[in-house]
Amino acid sequence: MALLSIFQTVPVHYYLVVSAMLFCIGVLGVLYRRNAIIIFMSIELMLNAVNLLLVAFSAYHNDSGGQVFVFFVMAVAAAEVAVGLAILVAIFRNVHAVDIDELKNLKW
Amino acid sequence: MHNFTLLLFLILSSLAIFCGLMTVFSRNPIHSALFLIGCFFAIAGHYLLLSAQFLAIVHIIVYAGAIMVLFLFTLMLMNLNEETEQHKPALAKIGAVISAGMLMLVLVAVFKRAVLAPPPPYQDFSIGTIETLGKVLLNEFLLPFEFASVLLLTAMIGAVLLAKKQNPNTNQA
Repeated sequence: MALLSIFQTVPVHYYLVVSAMLFCIGVLGVLYRRNAIIIFMSIELMLNAVNLLLVAFSAYHNDSGGQVFVFFVMAVAAAEVAVGLAILVAIFRNVHAVDIDELKNLKW
Repeated sequence: MHNFTLLLFLILSSLAIFCGLMTVFSRNPIHSALFLIGCFFAIAGHYLLLSAQFLAIVHIIVYAGAIMVLFLFTLMLMNLNEETEQHKPALAKIGAVISAGMLMLVLVAVFKRAVLAPPPPYQDFSIGTIETLGKVLLNEFLLPFEFASVLLLTAMIGAVLLAKKQNPNTNQA
């Protein structure tokens, strides 16, 4: 009884909807805030929404390839955050703000 | 049993979405980071529900343990709080909410009509274990695995170089 697939109880469409909502919250955060660190957090949220869907479909198709892909996404996200936050620290040291609207020196 | 799984799914989903929304709408960046940690724990719970035990543990260690500590350290280093935070004009905020809402409308409308292969009646619970994933990772995906290690090394060196305090006496290129 306990060995039944989870998708007998929770349809995979539910996971699609939850992931879409989390992804849109991430998009909302990128558009809504001016603090560059919060924008980074929103990007993490979007990556996690996609990861959740990859794991759900990996279980749905009984294929471990999706979980390996999530593993690589986590590695890339960790690298991205490390470099991104280092850049933000360097910007903060020069401009004394992490407000993205202040960073328009390259704008024509 | 079945209703319990569905209930668990609904609780974890609402927790993840609530924490995600609070991440975006919190005035204080530290609160945003803490809510994001809550969201990550909810997603780890989802992974456990999908019987991906290895990924659930790795997710907690990497995201809650490493990435969010990095975020919190940076926030505290910059000493950001509510008073220094600049906010977008109300029109831009309304536009942001409308565009994100429209994106969600489109995505949900598409996903509702998605035609998927029928689910297999029985789930293979061994695919989420360290044993299976380790075998797949070191046979089929060995080359990407090594590239990931090189990527992490490069990111580490780059982060140290970028965040290092530059000595004004040395000659900068």
